[in-house]
Amino acid sequence: MPNIRLSHFEAAFLFSVFTSVVMGITTKKTDQDRLHYGAYCFACFMVALFGIGWAMKLGHG
Amino acid sequence: MPSPTQTASSPVESDLPSRGLILPLLAAWLIPGAGYFLLKKTGRGALVLLSVLLMFLFGLFMRGMMFMPEKGADYLTTLINYGGFLCNLAAGVPYLLTMFGYSQPDMPGAVHDYGTKFLVTAGLLNILAMVDTWEIATGKKD
Repeated sequence: MPNIRLSHFEAAFLFSVFTSVVMGITTKKTDQDRLHYGAYCFACFMVALFGIGWAMKLGHG
Repeated sequence: MPSPTQTASSPVESDLPSRGLILPLLAAWLIPGAGYFLLKKTGRGALVLLSVLLMFLFGLFMRGMMFMPEKGADYLTTLINYGGFLCNLAAGVPYLLTMFGYSQPDMPGAVHDYGTKFLVTAGLLNILAMVDTWEIATGKKD
């Protein structure tokens, strides 16, 4: 079995993609809504990822 | 005399879950996305299968830990152990296959920690898909 070592960003990015896809599919009723909600979830993940990342960097000085 | 549309096997009419409801739900648990395939929602099934399976595999490749249902030192640890175990179990066959040969102790390190979270989240996403399958099977959703 391969042993991969992802960076924080890579792991969080993959987590965001998979989670957004399933959340988009399972929570909305039309394909267009699913696509929009999936994209919205992914955007939220990215904003949180970069926002919290910068906050931690600035917080540490 | 009931009309053909009011038989006991009709998913919407019956109070108890019929085989027509149980089968997609069971399939959805065992093989992520299979419930959608049974209900002829192929595209959604393929995306769920891909997402859950890849998340689970990445969790394994990052050497994530599987939770065991055991008592911990305190109530919170016990809750985490049992909750984590249920989430792992919710991934279905991928989890059951890991019972043959996959053993990873809890180790410090960000990669292992991400792996553990990936394994748990794969199960949680499959639970979402199971609920969605149930709603489609009962006619609450298309």
